[in-house]
Amino acid sequence: MAIDFNFMIGGEAGQGVQSIGFLLAKAFARGGYHIFADQDYESRVRGGHNFYRVRVKDSVIGAIAERVDMLIALDNGSIELHRGELTKDGVIVFDGEEVKDVNASENLFSVPLNKLAEESAGHKIMANSVALGVALSLVNYDFRVAENVLRVYFGSEEIGDRNVKAAKAGYDYTRQNFKGDFEPNLKPIGDDKRMLLNGNEAIALGAIAAGCKFMAAYPMTPTSSIMEYLAAKAKDFGLAVIQSEDEIAAINMVVGAGYAGVRAMTATSGGGFCLMVEGLGLAGITETPIVVIEGQRVGPAIGLPTRTEQGDLEFILHASHGEFPRVVLAPATIEDAFWLTVKAFNLAEKYQLPVIIVTDQHLASSYSTVDRFDLSKLTIDRGLLFSEGKVADYRRHLITDSGISPRAFPLQGKALVVTDADEHDEEGHMIEDAETRTRMMQKRMRKLVGLKGEINVPEVYGSEGAKTTLIGWGSTGGAIRETVDILSRQGVSVNSVHLTELWPFPAEAMAGIMDKAQNNYVIENNATGQLAHLIRAETGKKANGNILKYDGRPFTPEYIIAEMRKEKLV
Amino acid sequence: MKVTAADYIGITPAWCPGCGNFGILKALNQALVELEIEPYQILLVSGIGQAGKLPHYTRGNVLNVLHGRPLPAAIGAKIVNPELVVIAVGGDGDGYGEGGNHFIHSARRNHDITYLVHNNQVYGLTKGQASPTSDQGFVTKTSLEGACIPFNPVAMAIAAGATFVARGFAGDVSHLSDLIKAGIKHKGFALIDILQPCVSFNHKNTYSWYQERVYKIEGNAYDPADRLAAFDKSQEWGERIPLGVIYQKEALTFEEQLSVLSKGPLVKREIESQKAEALLDEFL
Repeated sequence: MAIDFNFMIGGEAGQGVQSIGFLLAKAFARGGYHIFADQDYESRVRGGHNFYRVRVKDSVIGAIAERVDMLIALDNGSIELHRGELTKDGVIVFDGEEVKDVNASENLFSVPLNKLAEESAGHKIMANSVALGVALSLVNYDFRVAENVLRVYFGSEEIGDRNVKAAKAGYDYTRQNFKGDFEPNLKPIGDDKRMLLNGNEAIALGAIAAGCKFMAAYPMTPTSSIMEYLAAKAKDFGLAVIQSEDEIAAINMVVGAGYAGVRAMTATSGGGFCLMVEGLGLAGITETPIVVIEGQRVGPAIGLPTRTEQGDLEFILHASHGEFPRVVLAPATIEDAFWLTVKAFNLAEKYQLPVIIVTDQHLASSYSTVDRFDLSKLTIDRGLLFSEGKVADYRRHLITDSGISPRAFPLQGKALVVTDADEHDEEGHMIEDAETRTRMMQKRMRKLVGLKGEINVPEVYGSEGAKTTLIGWGSTGGAIRETVDILSRQGVSVNSVHLTELWPFPAEAMAGIMDKAQNNYVIENNATGQLAHLIRAETGKKANGNILKYDGRPFTPEYIIAEMRKEKLV
Repeated sequence: MKVTAADYIGITPAWCPGCGNFGILKALNQALVELEIEPYQILLVSGIGQAGKLPHYTRGNVLNVLHGRPLPAAIGAKIVNPELVVIAVGGDGDGYGEGGNHFIHSARRNHDITYLVHNNQVYGLTKGQASPTSDQGFVTKTSLEGACIPFNPVAMAIAAGATFVARGFAGDVSHLSDLIKAGIKHKGFALIDILQPCVSFNHKNTYSWYQERVYKIEGNAYDPADRLAAFDKSQEWGERIPLGVIYQKEALTFEEQLSVLSKGPLVKREIESQKAEALLDEFL
């Protein structure tokens, strides 16, 4: 029987919810399973209610599920909040000596986590590892696989040993004491070496592989860990990572670095991006390649700082005053996050413009197993560089048919590189006359012609010619594809098309796809249907309806199917 | 090749006749010639305002950016290529108003750039509104009841951690040129606040107003390394206004402390995509 098992770890901030979750994910990934894991946390360092979900499957997954097969509850609140999500045969693991006033139920399994940790490893801080052992034992997983994971995770031999002992204590205690009839069998199914990483890590890896040499940013959830990862690897990869005084400084530093001749990026969320937009226009008019990561969270203003939304699409498409060409990419998966980051740096330099990668809290912090990225497929295109001709004749903004002028870098030769935030002539000096202004606008906008050919045509997932087509963008891809899988098995005529390269908009392809379906429904994590607007503006086609969600939580296949029922699509 | 004044002839300036900017441009060009720096070796990063146009009127690599943002753009370029002589240029509105936060933090981090602020105590490009450095009581179209307490860039720079703080006067080109030379030679963040008459919109702080008040800090009696004495000096304004190096000290620059730069400018480093294989292993 196919395996599709859902763990949930719940507790207060600071109780170690995240470490148990991550270790479970890692342990099952090592055993050959596919993993999708996400975390739900509040904007606080201690207390509150956090949970971590780990979905373990024997085939590819791209979304979390709403049902819970095993809940590891580190506090009473977790039991009260999530017992309703538990499947009929599900089990709740908790420490009966710590978590009191629990209403008795046959699904409860009390384990003295703290006591076992103290006895086996000398400190109750290892209770997390005890819980990990309990979880693994309940599903009959091979302890040796988890043992390796623990040792690698904790690094130091001594700490690793103690955590292994704690986990073993939980594992053995469960073997001896669990009397329930919970019998799912999650034995390792291979030693497949897939990578397990989250969206931010994939973007950071993509940036390093693409040769990013400069990153400036101001910390902001959910993208701070991109900067942290890059900072940790900066020395090894010849990369400067600067924490600037604010987001305005960050993007202007990035423009300075891009102008001076390196691949440069910043990362932020919607609020920080608001501060950056004038700088985005600066990159536009000075034709400076930059890459901006915008990890969306719930807005407006501070909104829900740790939660997910796709509310910034139209803002990103139009951000900054005036008009200039830009590229907007929106990864749906961890693989996309890596490869689209590489593509972003190539397009930024080839077309000398800003490229924005739009993610969100869900993609940024969700972990997924992926096949190892094949770096032999990676290409670097630094675009047109000034190499021929007299230095004295060099013109940074030379008017060409493609709109692309050869780039020179200051002090990498003797050509003077002149550019300006004011409208300028070919040399880069500020001008006022109408004719030059018009020619320069046309030159810059001509880049869109070449760019259109760079955008991948969206592919239909599921059966061609289905009655209903679900349309989405960005991080909702996994949930939508799984919806198509589930409904197709039930005989519903449905497929999906997912946009990851949003601007320049692949209008013809989308129009062709929409023509084939009776019902086109756009699924978005926002309240106004921003992709639906974009589609209508670019193709003239109005979708038949939307499935929208703006509660700060990600889509699940269950949610989409329920909404489709309301719309009588199922 | 000997550098001459002819190397620094740019586009004809569009400033008002008599503008203090002419003196500043002349002083900068003279400093670059005397330091024997060629135009291709410098990067001029400017903001918006009449001062921001200066790079076009001389020669060099030019990055003329947004209002208030020359410092971060200059810093980005300097970090990826520390071999460039980076000079940021802007006015008092640009640097002390719009870009105030960058001013504080650029000084604090001690980036190795020279920052010329054309301080005419009024907004020129937008035609005569009050600036952060307008004298108290200065009446303009937007400060009908008089400007409030002025921003003190010299005191602020010292407080923020700048390692070279000087004040020059556009009416004394040769003295100003010496200050600019010292600022460029200084290793670290060098602020040169330049008193600059605005002949069109500031009818209070005129050439003669400044000339009657400015004096040069000279002799051994004043020690620019004495931070408290420098704070004292920074408070002088009104009847007597000091010109010269008010504060200077040796300190590691931001770029010197960034170990990744020890192997040479980032702009010269190769892209080594395949090296990322080792990072992929860490996620297995």
